[in-house]
Amino acid sequence: MNEHATSTQKPTPEAPLWLLAELTYRCPLQCSYCSNPLDFAATTNNELTTEEWVDVLRQARAMGAVQLGFSGGEPLVRRDLETLVGEARQLGFYSNLITSGLGLDEARIDTLHAAGLDHIQISLQASDPDVAEAVAGSRKAYDKKLAMARAVKAAGYPMVLNVVLHRHNIDQLDAIIALCAELDADAVELANCQLYGWAHLNRNGLLPSREQLETAEATTVRWRERLSREGRDMQLLFVVPDYYADRPKACMGGWGSIFMSVAPDGAVLPCHSARMLPMSFPNARDDSLEWIWYDSDAFNRYRGEDWMPSPCRDCDERHQDFGGCRCQAYLLTGDPTATDPVCEFSPHHHLIESARREASEDKRKAAQLTPRNVHESRVFCRA
Amino acid sequence: MKDDRIYRLRPGWRLQWEEAQGRHVLLYPEGMVKLNDSAGAILSLIDGERNVGDVITELRSRYPQAPADELQTDVHEFLDEAVQQGWIHHE
Repeated sequence: MNEHATSTQKPTPEAPLWLLAELTYRCPLQCSYCSNPLDFAATTNNELTTEEWVDVLRQARAMGAVQLGFSGGEPLVRRDLETLVGEARQLGFYSNLITSGLGLDEARIDTLHAAGLDHIQISLQASDPDVAEAVAGSRKAYDKKLAMARAVKAAGYPMVLNVVLHRHNIDQLDAIIALCAELDADAVELANCQLYGWAHLNRNGLLPSREQLETAEATTVRWRERLSREGRDMQLLFVVPDYYADRPKACMGGWGSIFMSVAPDGAVLPCHSARMLPMSFPNARDDSLEWIWYDSDAFNRYRGEDWMPSPCRDCDERHQDFGGCRCQAYLLTGDPTATDPVCEFSPHHHLIESARREASEDKRKAAQLTPRNVHESRVFCRA
Repeated sequence: MKDDRIYRLRPGWRLQWEEAQGRHVLLYPEGMVKLNDSAGAILSLIDGERNVGDVITELRSRYPQAPADELQTDVHEFLDEAVQQGWIHHE
């Protein structure tokens, strides 16, 4: 190799800090805003074994990953979750369980706690069981979630609740926050749904209007003031939907920068949504995580700035948002290398505006959206 | 800051030496604070048993070359900051 080529070699990427272990795509709920892949049913009989997951954990930890998320699907469906939590603790991971609360009971919380689980985050759909049922396809889930939120707190964990917001529950935000306050939550994430996977399929039926969003933000501000007046320490985090932001999010802190996700069948991804992109991803069954992270084409594809199109490549903000989200660029423009159309400088920004307009004309009720389940997923599974 | 005060890490938070990063980190739900050498040295003595005075005494014996007044000020300032940030609290 000549001198010039050597001097322009890319710097070695930093080690991953985050491992997201999507243990399974199986889930007792059918939320129409789920970000799992549409063809998830193709992998439900091909999940990594306990031994394979243990190997993934060991490799990732040896590389420097320290934050670990157990997610899915519903990770509690895996009966070996306790074993994996125990292994994670022994390896020195800080482990977070991201769950619907279904499949949890007091005894299992105690077992997970004893195994060394550091944190549990429970999702809520709504402040009343009717809306929750319309969105998630289960009536009993509502009471169960509230009971488990209380049980998690009783076990000594902070109660961190995640509420995915969309057109059908965002007007209830006042009641949702009141419910969280009544539960004595420590932190509440009010996250407008990310429009990937099933949520993208249902996009027109999920995206809130600007008026709904502004009311919700005002409600959040009012609650923050009230909580502060009452001396309560409940954090409220409000996440604006991408389609109403004027700058793209710094997706995953940059492609292949700090985050590595392993899907139920062992596919290794720079982000749990990336699987939809028109490219192939390596698998932990075939290659070492170290090779995948540092050397695979998939992880190097959108690292750094060489891949960036105009206007990103000359933009002062390219180190802040890294060009935005590759999945969003692909879903909206058909080109995964495009500037995220959320950016007001994107030549495709009009697509965001027309998406908002289209959504405003969709009059479907929550229960009329496509449910995320195995039956619907088979339609998207390739032979 | 009173020297007889005993601090502990916020519940559910964990201080850990990360070999891969060559530093102490403070781990919390879905996040991490990367600590510099002195912050790591101070926080690793915050164990819910030692009081602030004990922490200063211990650090003086470990770093005898550090000017005593400066070390005391540094510990007080860092712990004030750690309380502000919500990393530690006292009973």
